[in-house]
Amino acid sequence: MSAAGTARHERLLARGHTYTSLSDKIGKLALRPNGTLWFVSFACSLLLTLLFAAGVGELLKKGVGIWGINIPVAWAFALINYVWWIAIGMAGTFISAALYLARQDWRSSLNRYAEAMTVFAVAVSGLFPIFHLGRPWFFYWVAFYPNRMSLWPQWRSSLVWDFLAIIAYLLVSIMYWYVGLLPDLATLRDQARTRGKQVFYGLFALGWRGEARHWKRLESLNLVLAGLAVPLVFSVHSMVALDFSEGTLPGWHSTMFPPFFVAGAFFSGFAMALVLGIPLRRWLGLGDIITPKHLDNLSKMMLAAGLFVGYNYAVECFMAFYSGDPYEMAEMKDRLAGPYAWVFWTVIACNVVAIQFLWSPRMRRNPVALFVISMLVLIGMWYERFMLIVNTLFRTYLPSSWGMFYPTLWDLIFLFGSIGLFLLLFTLFVRWLPIVAMFEMRKLLHKLQGAG
Amino acid sequence: MAGEQERYGCMAFFETPQALVEAVRALREAGYTQIEAYTPFPLEALDDALDIRGNAVPLATFVGGAIGAVGMLVMQYIAAVIHYPVRVGGRPFASWPAFIPPALEITFLLAALGGVLAMLVGNRLPKFYHPVFHVERFGRASQDAFVLVVRSERVEEQLRSLLQGLGAVQVDEVPA
Repeated sequence: MSAAGTARHERLLARGHTYTSLSDKIGKLALRPNGTLWFVSFACSLLLTLLFAAGVGELLKKGVGIWGINIPVAWAFALINYVWWIAIGMAGTFISAALYLARQDWRSSLNRYAEAMTVFAVAVSGLFPIFHLGRPWFFYWVAFYPNRMSLWPQWRSSLVWDFLAIIAYLLVSIMYWYVGLLPDLATLRDQARTRGKQVFYGLFALGWRGEARHWKRLESLNLVLAGLAVPLVFSVHSMVALDFSEGTLPGWHSTMFPPFFVAGAFFSGFAMALVLGIPLRRWLGLGDIITPKHLDNLSKMMLAAGLFVGYNYAVECFMAFYSGDPYEMAEMKDRLAGPYAWVFWTVIACNVVAIQFLWSPRMRRNPVALFVISMLVLIGMWYERFMLIVNTLFRTYLPSSWGMFYPTLWDLIFLFGSIGLFLLLFTLFVRWLPIVAMFEMRKLLHKLQGAG
Repeated sequence: MAGEQERYGCMAFFETPQALVEAVRALREAGYTQIEAYTPFPLEALDDALDIRGNAVPLATFVGGAIGAVGMLVMQYIAAVIHYPVRVGGRPFASWPAFIPPALEITFLLAALGGVLAMLVGNRLPKFYHPVFHVERFGRASQDAFVLVVRSERVEEQLRSLLQGLGAVQVDEVPA
């Protein structure tokens, strides 16, 4: 794939870049003084985060009763938000790891911010099951550790599997991210002109020098971590799905859930990668590094994942009636025409209809259209979790215990507050760390030059 | 003379990766063995030129993963069968299929940890002091310069001229 011979919209990197210009351009984004735009986004996300903190304070004081949950709908926003956030993280690992194993050159411009997205999304998502516990300060009771009562976790419970999956995924994501950051932190250390920044980046770079043998070990490590991360992603979201599948409730008790959830995770994750990438590209002038080709590829991936999700909706509906189980059929009828039918049709509009525009190459290269479609997908995927959780719970086997779920103000504060926390972490990342993997870009440039 | 003992080696800067790789090959042919190459990105051609063999990272990853898998399965067996058996719904104490998911997750975690530790230990990181940082221009090696260091404790005029002949744009002495 030569840089010179490819059409403009097919290029992975604009012409005219050198090792120097790439390093300077990306390094400067982290080292320059704060811009107004950055302050505005920082202030907005900080405000939302403070709101989140207020919500957590209220929750610790009064308990989960501040939310709209009840019996029968004992799982609602907390679980919806949890599944939504952890799913968003999945695509970051997929871009980083699976595309690395498949030797897709286009990942180099995207993997750093996608991995950051993963780390922050998983960190935010992990908070929700803890908040939902009733007594959140005892969350470590799920873990295995020597304790006075010689108690062990219940190993057969999918909730324990899920706890271990989240912990493993969060820690592996952080390790993968940090290891990839080492050479770039060294670049920032060498580019920094003030003592404070030199010490700051120098400490985190651990004294990285870029010796050939060191690179060799780092490359081996990146390869094995990528190989581990791909099955890890699939296993983690399968565990999330098993939380539902293990329950003997209509709409949940299905072996289809793990693949269905994994597809949904990639779908919303690619949407988030676009939602974050398009403004970054616009506001930080990264159009020559995150090119139209990258947006095109991301939206193709999103379309593929979305079609699989749409197929799952169809199969769920078919299986409910094919099963002959009256409860399954009742649940599906409620989904299509019950009190929450508007949720289902919103999901269909966002996740099935909206993405059909992505068949057109012109739409795939239009950043504004892509941004809007990706936002719709994120909203649709949130509503999908609402549909799966609330629509199953609100009418259980006994009609005497049927009931509706209505969110309270605190539910909304936790949802938007968590978005604020995620954006706060992301704005700090954009401010302090290289948002594109510089050494990967130099490697890509070397490869493109070698071929061209 | 004491000063001669306190020398790390001779550092040469090259502008292109090709020039660096050719210089490494030429130096090895000239009989120099203690050569270090510093590049702003992993350069595969150097593996061959410097004769870099495999490393311990994949093995450490495997060992970490094996400890995670076996350790977790054994622990669950001990917990659920020997130490504190709880009869739930008539299911067997040793519920192997249910023990696999926790073992799988801890396998991933410890495998990754093993690999990361092997990389850091193998590279002797963190290491905040290193002689190469004495050379002001070495900061370019993390951006756009291709740097070669030949270890030698004495000033060798012959080596300097050899490096300059190979196309080095700058040659520096590195104090220890």
